[in-house]
Amino acid sequence: MQQQAVRKKGSVLAANRYHRQVLFAPIGEAGQEKLSQSHVLIVGVGALGSSSAEALARAGVGKLTLIDRDYVEESNLQRQQLFSELDMKNKLPKAVAAKQRLAAVNSLIEIEAIVGDAEADNLSQLVSQVDLIIDATDNFETRLLLNDLAQKYRKPWIYGACVASYGITFTVIPDQTPCLQCLQDYIPQQGATCDSVGVIQPVVQKVTSHQVTEALKLLTGNEANLSGKLTAFDLWKNQHTEVDVATLRNPDCPSCSEARSYPNLAYDARMKTTVLCGRDTVQLRPQSKQVELAEVARELQKNKQIQLVRNPYLLSFEVDSFRIVLFQDGRALIHGTMDQMEAKNIYYRYLS
Amino acid sequence: MAMKIIVNGDGLAVSEDIKHIKDLLDYLGVADKPLIVEHNQQILQKEAHEQSVLTEGDKIEIVHFVGGG
Repeated sequence: MQQQAVRKKGSVLAANRYHRQVLFAPIGEAGQEKLSQSHVLIVGVGALGSSSAEALARAGVGKLTLIDRDYVEESNLQRQQLFSELDMKNKLPKAVAAKQRLAAVNSLIEIEAIVGDAEADNLSQLVSQVDLIIDATDNFETRLLLNDLAQKYRKPWIYGACVASYGITFTVIPDQTPCLQCLQDYIPQQGATCDSVGVIQPVVQKVTSHQVTEALKLLTGNEANLSGKLTAFDLWKNQHTEVDVATLRNPDCPSCSEARSYPNLAYDARMKTTVLCGRDTVQLRPQSKQVELAEVARELQKNKQIQLVRNPYLLSFEVDSFRIVLFQDGRALIHGTMDQMEAKNIYYRYLS
Repeated sequence: MAMKIIVNGDGLAVSEDIKHIKDLLDYLGVADKPLIVEHNQQILQKEAHEQSVLTEGDKIEIVHFVGGG
C-alpha cells in the first residue's frame, strides 16, 4: 500500500516535472520514456561534467554514472556548477559531491558515483553497460582510451573541450563518423593543452549545450538530427565554425577500421604518474589498489609535524611545501610539484 | 593590392604576398599548430596547405583541438 503510494507519487511527479520537455515534439512521451530507460556515462566531473550531469539529470535520464579522480577545490567554484563552498571545505571527491547535489535535483533517477581514475580496467566495464558516453575529461590520453573502448563496444561518445573562451565538440558514432584516432594528426602534443590562459564559465555551458543536445537526440531516436560536424566556437571573438570532417575517416585506422587493434587499450601495469594540467600537481597510481585510510592515518600521526585532514574518501596533509592527498583506491595527488621523480620520492617517503 | 577573404566568418584583407593557405597560417601565427583547415568547404590535408591557392572571397575555416574540460 505504502509502496503503491510512493509509486503513484513518483509518477505524478514525473508527469509534471518533464512536461515542457514532453511538449517538445521531437521528444514527446515516447522520447521521455526512452530517456528514463537510458544509462549515460559521464567521464570527468569538473566543469563540463558538472554541467552535462545536471542537464541530463533534470532531463530525466534514468541512470547516470559519474567517474572522477579529483576532489573539490576553491578554484573549481567559478565554473563547476554542482559544487558548494561546503564541498570544498570538506574536500569531498567531485563524484561524491556531484551525486549529492544531483540526488537533490532529481530523486527519480539513479546516480552512480565512482571516485577513481578513468583507466582501461574500470572504464571497460562501464562503457559496455551504457547507451552513450559524455566526454568531460581534461586530457587526450583518457579520451583516446575512451575512444577505443567506445569503438570496441560500438557506443557513441561525445567529445567536448574548452579553454579560455573557445570550445569544441564532436559526436563520434561507431561505423559512421571518423573516430578520435582518425583525427590524431590534429591532436596537440601532451602538455600543449596545459594552458595557463584560464577559462570562462559560459563557454563550458555552450560546449555542454551541444553535447547534451546531441545526447538527447541519440537517446530519443532522433539520430537524423545529429550535427555530423565538428563544431567549434569562440564566444569572446563571436566566432562559430562547423566543419564536415567525414573525409578524415581513416580506412586504415587502428581504432575503428576493419583491421583494428585498439592501440590505446594497451595496459601499462607500472606505477603510473600523471602531471595534471595547469595544476602544479602530480598524480601517482600505484600497482596495488585499495588502501586502509585509517591505518595510513595511524602511521602518519606518529609524526607530530603532520596535521591530517580526513573524510571517508581521502586523507590530506601538508608537509614542507607539498600537499599530499591519498584516496581509498590507492592514488595520491602530490600538490606543489610538476616533477614526477620528486613526487614519487615524496610518495615513498610518506605513504609506503 | 589587398585581397579580401573570410576567415572563421570574419572578413580579412590580406596583402598579395599571401598566396597560399600556408602563407595565411603563417600570417595568423598558427602555422606550427595542428589545425583542421577547410578551404571553400573542402577539408585540406596538411600537405595541401602549401599548394592551395587563395583567391578573392574564399572562405576559410580553421579549427584546433583543445583538451581542457
